[in-house]
Amino acid sequence: MPVPNLKIEDLHVSIEDKHIVKGFNLEINGGEIHAVMGPNGTGKSTLASALMGHPKYEVTQGKVTLDGKDLLDMEVDERARAGLFLAMQYPSEVSGVTNADFLRTAINARREEGNEIPLMKFIKQLDKRMDLLDMDQEFAQRYLNEGFSGGEKKRNEILQLMMLQPHFAILDEIDSGLDIDALKFVARGVNDMRSPDFGCLIITHYQRLLNYITPDKVHVMMQGRIVKSGGPELAEKLEAHGYDWIKEELGIEDETVEA
Amino acid sequence: MSTELKTLQYNANDIESFSKEQNEPQWLTDVRMRAYELVQTLPLPKTEKTRIIGWNFTDFNYKTQGREVTNLNDLPSEAAKVVGAEDQYAAILVQHNGHKAYHSVSKELQDKGVIITDLQTAIREHGDLVQKYYFKAGKVDKHRLSALNAALLNSGTFIYIPKNVVIEKPLQTVYFQDAENFGLINHSILVADQGSALTYVENYVSDHETIEGVANLLTEVYVEDNAQVKFGAVDYFSKDVTVYVNRQGRVGRYGQLEWAFGQMNDGNTVSENVTELIGEGAVSHTKAVSIGRGDQKQSFDNYIVHIGTNTESNILIHGVQKDQAKAIFNGRTKIEHGASKSNGDQTQRVLMLSEGARGDANPILLIDEDDVMAGHAASVGRIDPVQLYYLMSRGISRTEAERLIIHGFLEPVVEQLQIESVKAQLTAAIERKVR
Ligand SMILES: Nc1ncnc2c1ncn2[C@@H]1O[C@H](COP(=O)(O)OP(=O)(O)O)[C@@H](O)[C@H]1O
Ligand SMILES: [Mg+2]
Repeated sequence: MPVPNLKIEDLHVSIEDKHIVKGFNLEINGGEIHAVMGPNGTGKSTLASALMGHPKYEVTQGKVTLDGKDLLDMEVDERARAGLFLAMQYPSEVSGVTNADFLRTAINARREEGNEIPLMKFIKQLDKRMDLLDMDQEFAQRYLNEGFSGGEKKRNEILQLMMLQPHFAILDEIDSGLDIDALKFVARGVNDMRSPDFGCLIITHYQRLLNYITPDKVHVMMQGRIVKSGGPELAEKLEAHGYDWIKEELGIEDETVEA
Repeated sequence: MSTELKTLQYNANDIESFSKEQNEPQWLTDVRMRAYELVQTLPLPKTEKTRIIGWNFTDFNYKTQGREVTNLNDLPSEAAKVVGAEDQYAAILVQHNGHKAYHSVSKELQDKGVIITDLQTAIREHGDLVQKYYFKAGKVDKHRLSALNAALLNSGTFIYIPKNVVIEKPLQTVYFQDAENFGLINHSILVADQGSALTYVENYVSDHETIEGVANLLTEVYVEDNAQVKFGAVDYFSKDVTVYVNRQGRVGRYGQLEWAFGQMNDGNTVSENVTELIGEGAVSHTKAVSIGRGDQKQSFDNYIVHIGTNTESNILIHGVQKDQAKAIFNGRTKIEHGASKSNGDQTQRVLMLSEGARGDANPILLIDEDDVMAGHAASVGRIDPVQLYYLMSRGISRTEAERLIIHGFLEPVVEQLQIESVKAQLTAAIERKVR
């Protein structure tokens, strides 16, 4: 398999005619983990949602390719089957559909009709991954995200990531609302995915998660675009000194997309 | 069609000679003749927000051929699909175009004196018993369609469970029609005598390829004191069959009637379900799921009447509307004066999948007694685009995602159905309808 590649060029995104992402550029290859950091309201989730194809977000300019193919031209489900995964900041709840049924449907959507995953094999894979994430077996039979706590939803997103084995994942605030133990399990799940065939974009506004998943590159997002990039040391500096020094250095007064 | 009713192509002489041909007793001929007069004068049912004027309730053939088989495997495949495995049922009765096609009754039932047979045979062999219950809970003069049922009756089933007889395995009847323009005018009666208990499943199916037709169905269920009936029904007529269905239950002291409905018709449907809780402590629970698709229009009315003291009722309905389908879900809980300490509750939920689909839930509480409890909940909503996005973001196609959401929406009702075979049949029917 050729090395996976996600390339975002001059991306602009609006919601309800409000211009939010304003000229975002980034390229990630398989084997790399990038972190996008930034204060609240700087357009991080908007970027992630637009890449996945959320119906409310409109791409007004720019180009995104996944392994050379035009991502923006695809329907949401096609993007997923092309290898993209988004762990959402606020996952939906679907009543009456068990986690297990949902996951099996999602796996089979990637397989030819008549070549569905054998039930026993599926159960074995599911058990193994739930173990690794320290999830209780009962979550397989619970309705999808219904009544899950914030932390349980995050773990469930990572469980889906591991079951679906995409070659690109965007993790949007996967660390928010997690205590330190849960954070370690989530990190364990992501690290388990690490390979030359897997690229990852971690969106966060704390450095905490990056203690457990070492990124190759760190980018700071403000006003809907990347304003600074560096290595893992940039994340540590942000942890120690906050974002103000960057704003000063770049002459930014309001870092949000409202500016 | 400017006239309210397409004219009936049968006159009084036709009906009288049909009755004679079948050697019906005079009382039944009399019911037919009186009903025929009423067909001319009574109005159609008053359906909430659904215009049924112009629907074909009257233009059909009521005499046609059926085929008797000796082996279940020889049934037409649409019928065979819904017939359960023989060892899972205490009795199976299949009727094809209004004629008995297959009939098997376990020795246990025969020994215990249970009657389950087609109505014609029952009238011949147990005439007095049939007469005792015929149109006692149901009303000939309710409206034009009930009168039509009485006038043109051409099919039916009679079931009688003697006192204190308890039957574990369910009884099943299957009505299958595949004759062009056939009108199934069916009257079924189920009597659970005092202290008895049974589970009964009725299935209506028509050939989904070809036929137009009419179905006018009346079922009377008598749950006598301390008896328990689990009544399951899966209706699955094809899109060119116009359906009027009335299921009428009457429950005595401490009797219990559990209705479980899968209303899966593809054509225009008027459905009335009426339950009278007459005796003290009578209980009735109604659970129904339905899926509307294409451009069909449906009117569902669930009416519970609390008459005895300490009676209890609950209605739980989930309906899905796809494409251009329209449906109204009327839920009426009436607590009569004197029915003190009664409790009536209803929940109706409607999910619409497309812009063109319409669903209305209309909960009504009519209460003439102070010392009671009653409640209702209703919700009507469209499919959540963010939920759909979430499922699709995992690679699931839109159709498949909708399928999951529909199953999920109906699941809380399906899960509570107490009859396994109805559950299985419904899951299969839902699967066919959401594809
Ligand atoms: N669904 C929405 N409706 C309206 N405005 C939105 C919506 N989502 C985001 N925005 C706007 O975009 C800005 C950036 O939001 P978001 O992308 O969620 O930022 P971040 O993830 O960096 O905190 C928000 O401050 C808000 O003004
Ligand atoms: Mg965010």
